[in-house]
Amino acid sequence: MASQEQVLEGLADIVNEIAGVPQDEVELDKSFIDDLDVDSLSMVEVVVAAEEKFEVKIPDDDVKGLKTVRDAVDYIVKAAA
Amino acid sequence: MTATIIPRAGAAHARILGVGGYRPARIVPNSELVDRIDSSDEWIQSRSGIRTRRWASPEETVAEMSIAAAGKALAHAGLDASQVGCVIVSTVTHLKQTPAIATEIAHRLGAGGGRAAAFDVSAACAGFCYGVSLASDMVRGGSAEYVLVIGVERLSDLTNLSDRGTAFIFGDGAGAVVIGPSNTPGIGPVVWGSDGSQSEAITQTIDWNDLRDDREQEFPTLKMEGQKVFRWAVWEMAKVCEQALDAAGVKAEDLDAFIPHQANMRITDAMIKALKLPPEVPVARDIAENGNTSAASIPLAMERMLESGEAVSGGTALIMGFGAGLVYAGQVITLP
Repeated sequence: MASQEQVLEGLADIVNEIAGVPQDEVELDKSFIDDLDVDSLSMVEVVVAAEEKFEVKIPDDDVKGLKTVRDAVDYIVKAAA
Repeated sequence: MTATIIPRAGAAHARILGVGGYRPARIVPNSELVDRIDSSDEWIQSRSGIRTRRWASPEETVAEMSIAAAGKALAHAGLDASQVGCVIVSTVTHLKQTPAIATEIAHRLGAGGGRAAAFDVSAACAGFCYGVSLASDMVRGGSAEYVLVIGVERLSDLTNLSDRGTAFIFGDGAGAVVIGPSNTPGIGPVVWGSDGSQSEAITQTIDWNDLRDDREQEFPTLKMEGQKVFRWAVWEMAKVCEQALDAAGVKAEDLDAFIPHQANMRITDAMIKALKLPPEVPVARDIAENGNTSAASIPLAMERMLESGEAVSGGTALIMGFGAGLVYAGQVITLP
């Protein structure tokens, strides 16, 4: 089972690869769109990469609810439990 | 008594013999659209790769654009319209329920001496590849020696200019190919299908019935669930691309061109990544100047790649259409 720190670290790598954001800027309270400049389509790329990395399913209808890094980390931790 | 039925023999193989396109005269830059969607040229380009699109004038009708594109395709193939046995038109923007626009086009072209079989197909952005598959089977089955496949759209007629998700996406135009007999296989097995569980992902806002019953309603436009379509188009369609390559026994590195439906440059880029397409394979990027022209986008992009020298006649290309339905179709072809 992945911890919050592990998921955050893995997610930061993904966001870095897809959107070019430095890993240390991917912090829990950051908004994907407003703070990290991850737009709605890049968000889908992040979600698909996260599904693969953490072996979870994140349905389309749930993607809209993932506004902040914390939303995504919590979702993944819960889904992977 | 069961009588013996004589089957008709077709050609051993089929291929695309000619391609032609028609792009409307009016070029519409992003700057014309940004005010109504509180946006900017940069924002539109970053989300779609689109710089301009072309919108048809009232005179550039579905039929007129089709006839122009078909004429070029026939000339490219070195054929006369009288030799065409069937005309297939793929469109979702011929706004008259019946008859099919294909019959008027066939008549005005003089296809088959004005007597060619003619019908429309409704398979949205996959319509061109659906048509190529049907035409290939007709040629090989003996139903027609030469078949005209036309993809044509006036998507500007169904665009909501206040919708931030779609206002900047769509364009107008027509593309056509002629398919006929070949000594060698020139059209690979189609990999196609549909997913009606996602019929709402890209759809018309209201039915014509609704408009009839309530004339106060706004005229229908296209709407799209962008994130849902993006995920499906990139990762599901990458699998279909691989299946189409496998079915034809062609490897990605053998391709001389990849011509996906010009839906959104971001979809194309993500699809290339998901496919692990070798970087040396040229990829159609007609969308930057032409927008998303649905059924017309693949033949238009094909014509541009051949004219610009990015791809050459006789080269091997993967074509792949996907869109409202949801529907998809892809096949490996030899370029005309």
